[in-house]
Amino acid sequence: MRNSVAVTAPLAPDPPGGPPVAGPRRRHRDDRRVAWLFLLPVLAGFAVFYLYPTIRGVWYSFTDYSLLNTPSYVGGDNYAKLVTDEQFWKSLRLTAWYVLLNIGSQTLLALVIAALMHRLTRSVVLRATLLLPWLVPNVTVALLWMWMLDSNLGFVNHLLTAAGLDSQGFFTSPGQALPTIALVNTWAYTGYTALLLYAGMLQIPQHLYESAALDGAGELRMFRRITLPLLRPILALVLVVSLIGSFQIFDTVAVSDRFVPVGAARVIYFYIYQQAFSYFHMGYAAAVAMVLVLILGVLTAVQMWLLRASRSDLS
Amino acid sequence: MSRRLTPGRLLAWTVLVVFLAVTILPFYWMVRTAITPAADLYTDSTGLVPQHPTMINFWRVLGFVDDETARAAGGSGAKINFWRYTVNSLIYSGLIAVVQTFCCAMAGYAFARLRFPGRDLLFGVMIAALMVPPIFTLLPNFALVKNLGLINTFAGMVAPSLLMTPFAVFFLRQFFLSVPREVEEAAVIDGAGRWGIFWRVIVPMSRGPLITIALTTSVWAWKDYLWPLLVGRGEENRVLTVALGVFLQQSPNTRPDWTGLMAGSTLSVLPVLLLLIFLGKRLVQSLNFTGIK
Repeated sequence: MRNSVAVTAPLAPDPPGGPPVAGPRRRHRDDRRVAWLFLLPVLAGFAVFYLYPTIRGVWYSFTDYSLLNTPSYVGGDNYAKLVTDEQFWKSLRLTAWYVLLNIGSQTLLALVIAALMHRLTRSVVLRATLLLPWLVPNVTVALLWMWMLDSNLGFVNHLLTAAGLDSQGFFTSPGQALPTIALVNTWAYTGYTALLLYAGMLQIPQHLYESAALDGAGELRMFRRITLPLLRPILALVLVVSLIGSFQIFDTVAVSDRFVPVGAARVIYFYIYQQAFSYFHMGYAAAVAMVLVLILGVLTAVQMWLLRASRSDLS
Repeated sequence: MSRRLTPGRLLAWTVLVVFLAVTILPFYWMVRTAITPAADLYTDSTGLVPQHPTMINFWRVLGFVDDETARAAGGSGAKINFWRYTVNSLIYSGLIAVVQTFCCAMAGYAFARLRFPGRDLLFGVMIAALMVPPIFTLLPNFALVKNLGLINTFAGMVAPSLLMTPFAVFFLRQFFLSVPREVEEAAVIDGAGRWGIFWRVIVPMSRGPLITIALTTSVWAWKDYLWPLLVGRGEENRVLTVALGVFLQQSPNTRPDWTGLMAGSTLSVLPVLLLLIFLGKRLVQSLNFTGIK
């Protein structure tokens, strides 16, 4: 709308006695040359480090490539190998288990924190504090918790033994390693997720709560009847965005790898990394990465769909 | 929001405070361990405050004391120079944040305001790239950087993220779309060229979103691990995250050098903490749109 107004406006005060001068307006339409200059750095970066490698990546997945030879075409061999690769399937199962634990706990806790903040306080200091774990490198997060959960000297095991319980292996136990990593990342991302949900809650009109309170509704009832239904589009969006992130867990796994029993936390991202950079099976790693692309592609499609749905919901 | 302190509100506050405590405790324990002498770790690892607080762990990981002193204070004898790694990290994230924000602002402006053939197609392709997980492009990018002989160079480390990320282009384009056109029309009539409009009108007007995206980018770069791990392992270019990983690898499996590791970890938290203290309000308030839209 604003567009058409701007285009027609200069025509009105046509100077009497002469045709309109083709001045600034002509220049406005002819952006071609200057546009490429504005785009040059970004196009260069995009072509070299996004577009080209994406095409190369697809090509790699059909080749045998060890970083030292030139990639040689092997057809669908890598994909055929994938189907029977027990470690690959195990990595998918571990990833699914990880995502379930991480996203489940994280979303639930974030929802509780966001709802409490929403009804209690607008404190910026509180919000900033909750954000701290998210701002810290994941490597640091891993180290902090490896120390907190150390089987001999860790703070948590001190607490457990003080409470009369057995001390736990956490990272070093085959059964506990993956859940431990999942919950450590829950710790790192819950505050961030809570703030996103909180921002969504702030968009809910305050008067709904006021009239509900006048009707004698309690806080829990308001949460179920007002907050949750109106937050739904944003909650769904946050959920999908966190899912996409969660599938790509790497740093914590890589750093703690030395203490974790072999293979107990080999999620798909780490499996791709090992295939590529420990065994130099670049072609095979690319094929496994293609599977991840497909999984995340589906999730992104869902995200786009939700984004469109939520936009029409709110405006 | 009623201000009366009912039992329900008291309970709610208690839950919130517990969450806050769980958030802060690991950081407290990190600092507490960092100022504990390594020799005391086995005898003095439960109290809230160390019995003999010391700064030696910081001095030895920063490389400020000689090898002899460092080994006596609990070091493994491996050479560690966190002063250098911290500086590397600061340069790495600062450079990427500034250059990337600048380039993406130019492109975002072009996509939002300039008319040229193929604009929407080009933008669509860039947005589609958001769907490709980083590990997928990382494999060929590593091969490329290796073939160019840029492994273990600073250039190789910054190259993939220096000029752009699709997200930053997208974010800034969305913002520029919301800038009223009339502002530019006025400048056009005053005879300003496209560059003049961008640089003298649009950039000053958009300081808020530009700072937001630069901050977000610098935090991402600060947290970066996988790419610098592959391309910048060497002592010269090592950033903090990679250095912490290497430090852990080098310390003995049965008896990690926790006091040194926690001193190093503290260094990786400190700049982020300062950022939060000085720019926390902006960071917190920017979350609702960078995160979702």
